[in-house]
Amino acid sequence: MTGSAARSSLRLAAELGGPLALVGLVALVGANLSVAEQANAVNVLVTAAIVVGLYIFVGNSGVMSFGQVSFVAVGAFAAGIWTSPVGIRRTTMPDLFGFLATPRLTNLESLLVAAGLGALFALLVGLALMRLHGLAAGIATFAVLQITYNILGFWGKVGPAATTLSEVPVTTGIGQSATGCAIAVLVAFGYQHTRSCRELRASRADPLAARGIGVSIFANRVVAFTLSGAVCGFSGALFVHELGSINVDQVYLDLTFSTLAMLVVGGAQSLWGATLGGTVLGTVFAFLTNAESGTTVAGLHFSLPNGLSTIIFAALLVVALMVAPTGLARGRELFAVALRDRASLPAAAGSSPEGSEPVRVDSTASTAGVATLDVPGSGGEQDASLAVADPAGVAGPSAQGDERR
Amino acid sequence: MTALGYLIEAISLGVLYALIAVSVGLVFGVLRQVNLAQGEVIAFGAYSLWMLSGLPAALQIVLCFAICIASSLVLQLVVFRPLRGASPLTTLIVTFGVSYGLEALWQIIYGPNGNPVTVLSMLNTTAIGGAIALRWITLVEIGAGAVLFSGLYLILFRSGLGVKMRAAAEDVATARLVGVRVQRVVTWAFVLSGVSAAVVAVLSTVQTPLITPNFGLTLLIVALVGVVLGGIDNLGRATAGGFIIGFVNSLLGSVLPEQSLVFLPSLTFLFVIIALLARPNGLLMPRRAGVERV
Repeated sequence: MTGSAARSSLRLAAELGGPLALVGLVALVGANLSVAEQANAVNVLVTAAIVVGLYIFVGNSGVMSFGQVSFVAVGAFAAGIWTSPVGIRRTTMPDLFGFLATPRLTNLESLLVAAGLGALFALLVGLALMRLHGLAAGIATFAVLQITYNILGFWGKVGPAATTLSEVPVTTGIGQSATGCAIAVLVAFGYQHTRSCRELRASRADPLAARGIGVSIFANRVVAFTLSGAVCGFSGALFVHELGSINVDQVYLDLTFSTLAMLVVGGAQSLWGATLGGTVLGTVFAFLTNAESGTTVAGLHFSLPNGLSTIIFAALLVVALMVAPTGLARGRELFAVALRDRASLPAAAGSSPEGSEPVRVDSTASTAGVATLDVPGSGGEQDASLAVADPAGVAGPSAQGDERR
Repeated sequence: MTALGYLIEAISLGVLYALIAVSVGLVFGVLRQVNLAQGEVIAFGAYSLWMLSGLPAALQIVLCFAICIASSLVLQLVVFRPLRGASPLTTLIVTFGVSYGLEALWQIIYGPNGNPVTVLSMLNTTAIGGAIALRWITLVEIGAGAVLFSGLYLILFRSGLGVKMRAAAEDVATARLVGVRVQRVVTWAFVLSGVSAAVVAVLSTVQTPLITPNFGLTLLIVALVGVVLGGIDNLGRATAGGFIIGFVNSLLGSVLPEQSLVFLPSLTFLFVIIALLARPNGLLMPRRAGVERV
């Protein structure tokens, strides 16, 4: 094996191994905790799965979406309703549609159905909205969240409306949550090595150039949005089977912003960043929430006043982003810089003007300023870099190229 | 209530959201950043009215303005200045974090159940009875909006500050080259944004005299949708977008049958989606217009 190939394999191993190791670490620690404390580890893993689901679309496309929690909600309610006892459904949700009122699914079936429904819903939304960009896309997806919340919260034919859906079998333990989160990571990893994802990343960096070489931004965004919807729907099913009950407020604004915050704090442009954000911030939040009812650290017992955990969490979030605005992972996969394939740097690098920066060729792409694209005929390994004007895609084209104030 | 009454109510709600849109649009114009924490400036102003309830109304309102302007400036200093150069997404999440934290703080300090505000409560009485059935506050809102928008127009288009502000919004580098002190312009944008927030705090607490911890964010989110709907790149259109969202929301509410009123948000947001699909750069942006921001 050549040094270049070895580096490439190592880089891939680190790219997948890093996030999986984090998931494994949380599961391992969680498995050795008391039953009550284990619930926190389960919650961290389920939240991390949602963050990875968000990353598949937001991270790869650079388009802001506030709507992914709609797919979590649909997955959660579908899985919850279809696994709750039929008798309970008749009593607590007498107006349900027939197809929701009678079938009873197993845990595994409910997870798969939730993923399918999340994907279908995302596909429909994506087909309608993925031509939008910038803030318009963000607001349109936010509108989807609002409509989902409103319908789930008031329409008795599709759920418990304003009441809580209860008697859902609690099946998401530490094993299932770790497996579920690992599946989300594997899906994201597999996707980011497809041609579609590389094209999407290229369009994130420079939509005009990407279009110029024949990339269909719309089609690639729809693919990412649908896949993200599937992972979010699946995570929603894990979520409802973790809690054993759910009401619509649990899958609304707080979850939307906290998972987005985790993604951004971890680093929105890499799988490592998404997993890091989901697990680290999830753990911090779980710890702070527990501290409100009293916790012991290094033999010292203390408790926080009610509500203070949210303030501390918000302060940590703000400070973290001020210190590292591109996220903890700085937009890179684990060891992406150390394992960068120097051999594939253009030979011209040596002959480039003295002091000039070499071209980045990181195939996983991920720094704030660079995204990559397969160059047709290059064998897929040689990536072309495109400059980025607005990596987050939030400002929209009109704001691109502005000097920062 | 007659159609005329509904129309006036709709205009009044539109004006309220337009005022919030102004406070978001002013900051976006000069910084290209969305401030999700602006809702908490409004909430702080509203809570100050509750805290100062023993004082004469005029003094309460003056102090409310001072508090809103001061908190707006603190936001600029503590949040926006350190984040200079950060991506819009980072700023969005940071300002959300500030909003999220402040909302929790309001809950700890003031409780979760809401606090009644009695300032200018006489405006909550009937102004025009009979079939039209309008409260004074509805008319005052429209009047206050007219005064504030006229004042803003004069500042932006008839004053030196306005010229500098528009120049900085158009091209900050060139504005600097021709001697505009951009930092000062940014500070003024936050001051004006604070003034607008204070007006909203006073009017909305008279209209709905109960402040809850999520009071500010709820108002802001709807207005922000309106801002994008109108066209965030231009203050006038953003303001009109705020007006449209309030107007449409109120009008839809008046035509929906009572049992369907709970689905009003779905209809409003469906309207938003359709409008954005038809005009992604903003409902009011000319199709081929160049970008003008303030």
